[in-house]
Amino acid sequence: MKEIVIISGKGGTGKTSIISAFASLVENKVLCDADVDAADLHLIMNPEIKERHDFESGYTAIINQDKCTECGLCRELCRWDAISENFVVDSIECEGCGVCYYFCPEKAIDFPMNTCGEWYLSETRFGPMAHARLGIAEENSGKLVTLIRKEGKKLAEEKKLDLLLTDGPPGIGCPVIASLGGATAVLIVTEPTVSGRHDMERVAELAAFFKIPAMMCVNKFDLNPGEGEAIEAFARERNVTVIGRVPFDPAFTQAMVQGKTIVEFDSQSEGCLAVKGIWETLSQRLEI
Amino acid sequence: MIISIASGKGGTGKTTVATNLAASLDSDVQVLDCDVEEPNSHLFIQPTIEEVKTISTPVPEVDMDKCTLCGKCAEICQFNAIVVIGETVLPFHELCHSCGGCMAVCPEKAITETDRELGIIEKGHRNGIEFVHGKLRVGEAMSPPLIRKVREYTRPGRLTIIDAPPGTSCPVIASMTGADFVLLVTEPTPFGLHDLKLAVGAVKILGIPSGLVINRSGMGDDQVREYAEQEGLHILMEIPFDRRIAEAYSRGDLVVDVMPEWKEKFLELYHRIEKLAG
Repeated sequence: MKEIVIISGKGGTGKTSIISAFASLVENKVLCDADVDAADLHLIMNPEIKERHDFESGYTAIINQDKCTECGLCRELCRWDAISENFVVDSIECEGCGVCYYFCPEKAIDFPMNTCGEWYLSETRFGPMAHARLGIAEENSGKLVTLIRKEGKKLAEEKKLDLLLTDGPPGIGCPVIASLGGATAVLIVTEPTVSGRHDMERVAELAAFFKIPAMMCVNKFDLNPGEGEAIEAFARERNVTVIGRVPFDPAFTQAMVQGKTIVEFDSQSEGCLAVKGIWETLSQRLEI
Repeated sequence: MIISIASGKGGTGKTTVATNLAASLDSDVQVLDCDVEEPNSHLFIQPTIEEVKTISTPVPEVDMDKCTLCGKCAEICQFNAIVVIGETVLPFHELCHSCGGCMAVCPEKAITETDRELGIIEKGHRNGIEFVHGKLRVGEAMSPPLIRKVREYTRPGRLTIIDAPPGTSCPVIASMTGADFVLLVTEPTPFGLHDLKLAVGAVKILGIPSGLVINRSGMGDDQVREYAEQEGLHILMEIPFDRRIAEAYSRGDLVVDVMPEWKEKFLELYHRIEKLAG
């Protein structure tokens, strides 16, 4: 089975619009939304949820006021300043390390597991989809990304499909690292801006760090062709395969407003034709 | 006053608003770029960097001469960052959250702490703006500890503008908590709206006053505006979709430098924030 993960470094460069277009163009795949922190792919895919599961991960300390003798050991040991002077744990600051729970001489601290979100297996008009919703202000997004990719792969095996298309998160931290491991290749979607270049450089370095082959396309290329060309030159220097340019095309936003992929919205639009070209190149290179 | 600029969705214009707001104010202002995974504010402020500091987090080191392989360190660790394998204890530094539990629990005092590099902090100036940002080391997973270090540069009594990362999980919370005001920036599209709702949820959990900037207005639909009205979320500024603004951004130019008439608008935005923050 092959898995393509779409990442960008910088947010808002068009990952979800492009993977949505791929969803329209490619058969025999499972879709996976690994941007669990701000998942948007479902807004286009309109999935019919078949299975719904709680995502449980991590713990939070809770002090039982009846048992607490206010000895202060927990406050001394806590490195997150998560315990107030009157011995109440700030659940947002609590890292879930359990040190207070372990050391409390009165056994006055509970340490229940957190339910930090939900994950789903769904059907869409483009095939099966694995996706999730991380609770607001929750932690462990990396673990949820790992889980959702594993479930996506299981789903593909069950349905005898051999391709996973994964929409990754922005950035280069924990959820992005979790979305890379074991991927066949990443497609970096960037934009021709100084930020797009800066962020693309860092995410390309990350892919190289984990030895995942990287390909790249510049979205909204005509916004600043000089910058676009500079990004492509940088990519080539770093052995990132440049696989195309996507023009600035309002059809992407218009399609999104209607909950459609650009292929459904206007298959002859410039944006759609460019994405088709990119998919052809990508699928040839990866022998999909 | 601390103003944190957040969005939910990435690429909606947080950095544009943070940097132009800072450049429009004549008073002493600090910009802390807390999007340490992909910091961009420096590309627009172009500060002269005066100080570079490596930031580390403590991780365990085991003295095997003292260790009796009792396994208590592995038992207390919630992150599987230290394990006993055969005749040795193996710390996995990249998984460690630096809670110090293993060191506290070790009956033989066999554990001490060494450093794992999180990244760097750079500090500089440009005109009246004091600038600080964190840069997460490529390969490092945990950004919140570095974000907290950047926030230690906050100078009380001055205006501090924080450029927050996208999303709504721990890095964003670390960039918003303790702020006096959260300025949300979104674009009028279904994705922008969906992620704005998540960001509003996060702001509510923290109980911080907030307001909204709609960027690229005119490009999508009216649902963001309708949502803001229902929610009682004040729309403090709208930046129209304008190719000149997009092109200025692409070059690393500040909007207020290219189109000076925007300075007045950013000043007005600041006055509105001042009123709402109380």
